[in-house]
Order: sequence, then structure tokens, then C-alpha cells
Amino acid sequence: MSGNAQSAAGGMTEYIQHHLHHLEWRVGPGSFWVINIDTVVVTLVLVALFLGVFLTSARKATAGVPGRFQAFVEMVVGTVDELVRETFHGSSKLIAPLSLTIFVLIFLMNFIDLVPVDFLPWLGREAGLHYLRVVPTADLNTTLGMSLTVFLLIQYFGLKHKGPGLFFKEMFTAPFHVHGTLGKILLAPVNLLLRLIEEAVRPISLSLRLFGNMYAGELIFILIAVLTLGGSLTHGAAYAFGPVQLVVDFAWTAFHILVITLQAFIFMMLTIVYLSMAAEQH
Amino acid sequence: MDINLTLIIQGLAFFATALVVMKYFWPHIMAAIEDRQKKIADGLAAAERARAELRDADARVAEEIKAARAQAAEIIDRAQQQANHMLDKAREDAQAELARLKAASDAEIAAAAARARQELSRQVGELALAGASRILQREVDAAAHRQLLEQLAAEI
Repeated sequence: MSGNAQSAAGGMTEYIQHHLHHLEWRVGPGSFWVINIDTVVVTLVLVALFLGVFLTSARKATAGVPGRFQAFVEMVVGTVDELVRETFHGSSKLIAPLSLTIFVLIFLMNFIDLVPVDFLPWLGREAGLHYLRVVPTADLNTTLGMSLTVFLLIQYFGLKHKGPGLFFKEMFTAPFHVHGTLGKILLAPVNLLLRLIEEAVRPISLSLRLFGNMYAGELIFILIAVLTLGGSLTHGAAYAFGPVQLVVDFAWTAFHILVITLQAFIFMMLTIVYLSMAAEQH
Repeated sequence: MDINLTLIIQGLAFFATALVVMKYFWPHIMAAIEDRQKKIADGLAAAERARAELRDADARVAEEIKAARAQAAEIIDRAQQQANHMLDKAREDAQAELARLKAASDAEIAAAAARARQELSRQVGELALAGASRILQREVDAAAHRQLLEQLAAEI
């Protein structure tokens, strides 16, 4: 790690800032019309990996004795399916596959965080890419994009399962119920306000939770890498910090295995809960 | 860290992936899983059935063994009875035969004794006659005295 960091020109601040910079493609004027190519490409590669593996196993799936591979896929599918059945009581073709996609895809995206922090950027530099930030879930665009998709699905589920009448009526009558016309009129704005806040908070908390965890994780990997920044075998400090870096990096990586799995699970579980809440009547 | 177009791309990519998973992955794998579940359930039911049948067969076999054993015991009983019976009969027959033989031999002995006695008396009569003729020094007219002699012989 330290060897690769050495060639990143400048000091510690520049090293960190360099690591947190996306490979950007400006497609138009203004700060919005930019595509983070690294995020998108890594995501697409992981999607291809996910679909390739799972679709292949689905095509080869037999009702007979499953191979190790099919057994693994079925184990994941079975776990997700069971969770959905326990939580979501309506019938929906989408929610279980959606949950599976969320869990596996976010897990894969998070897993990129466990690749040594300088390895892929170094490969990128060798290939002529100046910036490369490889963890898609450490990019707010990814997490917000997913949580907004989930948000739209929540609204769609609400409309579909309750019908438009009840869906819009509930905006004004829940969570506070009263009897009498005057009370209803008085509480309608309050209910609407609460409903809007509730709906807005969900995608934001969903995306920020995942983003925050992964961003912090990535940052700590970078900080651990900084321990021996610019060091070489001729520097005494490298001998002092090298072992420390090894131990700390190992510890954080091991801990991070839990974090990435847990975050993927939380995102999936909250999506299931939100969708089932949207489908149920108050 | 700015929000940009990537947001929409990522959202769409995610949703498209979910749709593909829903359309091309989920039904296949669930069908396979459910098929296997059904197969396993059928297999377990068949095993249960086979076990019940085995239990029935075992019970039947035990019953049959019991019946056969009872029948065998009865046959042995009957055979023993018959043997005893035959033995008794043989013993009785033997005793009867013994008695009969004994009676026959007794009769024979008695007859022989009677014959011997008769012979003896006849000889004694002759002897007496011979003695008497010797005493009388003359021939006794056998014909004349036949009646007397025979009476004498019968008395002896």
C-alpha cells in the first residue's frame, strides 16, 4: 500500500482528496450534468456478475439434488423469501426479487471496499485513469438513487394496494384520528405535514445510513494507508508504522465484513418493512 | 460527493436489475425449490407408508408364527395321544394273547395229562390182566372177559 501511495504526488491531504475524487465525465453545463464513470462502471460490472451468476444457476436449477452452487443461491433466495413472507402479508411478485437484488447488489458493492484501498486506483493509473473511486455505495448518488427508487415503489405500492381514494384520504386522516368534522379539518394539515415528513425521511435515512457507513469505512481505510504514506524501506518510520498498519488494517477489514453485510441486510429489511407498511391499511 | 446524473443512472440500473431478477430468475429458482420440496415431501410420505406397511407385515408374520406354533403343538399333542393309545392297545393285545396262549397251553397240558392217564390206566389194565392171567395160570378169554376188563381199566 505504501509503495503505491508514494507515487501519489503531494502530502497527506492531497492523497486523501485524490482518493475521494471520482472519475468524472462532464456531459453538460452545471454541476448536475456529470456522470461518475467509476461508480457506474463498477456498478454495471457487479450487476453483470450478479445476474450472470444467479441467472445461470436459475437456468441450470433442477428439482433434483442441487450442486453446491445452486445450493448457495437457493440458500440466499430462501432466506430472503422467508423474510419477505414473514414481513409482507400482501401478495406481490416484485417485492421478493427486489429484496434479493437489494441485498446481493449492495453486498457486492460494499464488498469492493474490502479490496485494498490503493489496488484498483493503481491499476487505473496504469491504464491511464487519473482518478478512480471504486466503492459505488460510498457514492451518495448510488445510495440515493436506490432509495429514491424504493421511495417511488413505496408510493406505487400504496396506490395499488389501497386504491387512490384511500391512499390520498389517509394523507389527511392518519396518524391522528378524531371523530367530528371540525376535528378532522383541524387535524388534516397536521396529518399531511407528518405524512410528508415521514415519506421524505425514509429515502434520506435509507441512503444516508448506507452512504455514511461505507464512506466512513473507506475513509478509515485511506487513513490507515496514510500511516506509511511516502515511506520506503530506507525510512525508519516505515518500520515503526508498517506492523501497526498491518494489524489495524486487518482488524478494520475483519470488522468491515460485518458492516457491509449488516448494511446490505438493513437496506433490504427496511425496504421490505416500508413496502409492507405502504400496502397495509391504517 | 455532489449529487449529479449518476443518481438517475444508478437508480435506473438498480430498478432494471430488480426487474430482470423478477422476470428471469425468481420464477425459475422458486419452481425448482418448490418442485424439490414437493419431491421431498412425497419421498417422506412414501417412506412413512412403507414403514407402516412393514409394521403391518411384521404383525402379520408374528400372528402367523403364533398360529403355526399352536397348530404344531396341537399336532404333537394328538400324536402323543395316539401313541399312548396305540401303546395301551398293544399292551392289552399282548396281555390277551398271553392269556389266550396260557389257556391253550393249559388245555393242552390237561389233555396230555388226561391222555397219559388214560394210557397209563390202559397199560395198568393190561398189566393187571397179564398179572391175573398169570395168577390164574390160564388164558383169560379176552373176549369173554372184555367187559370186565374194560370196566376195570376205567376204574383205575
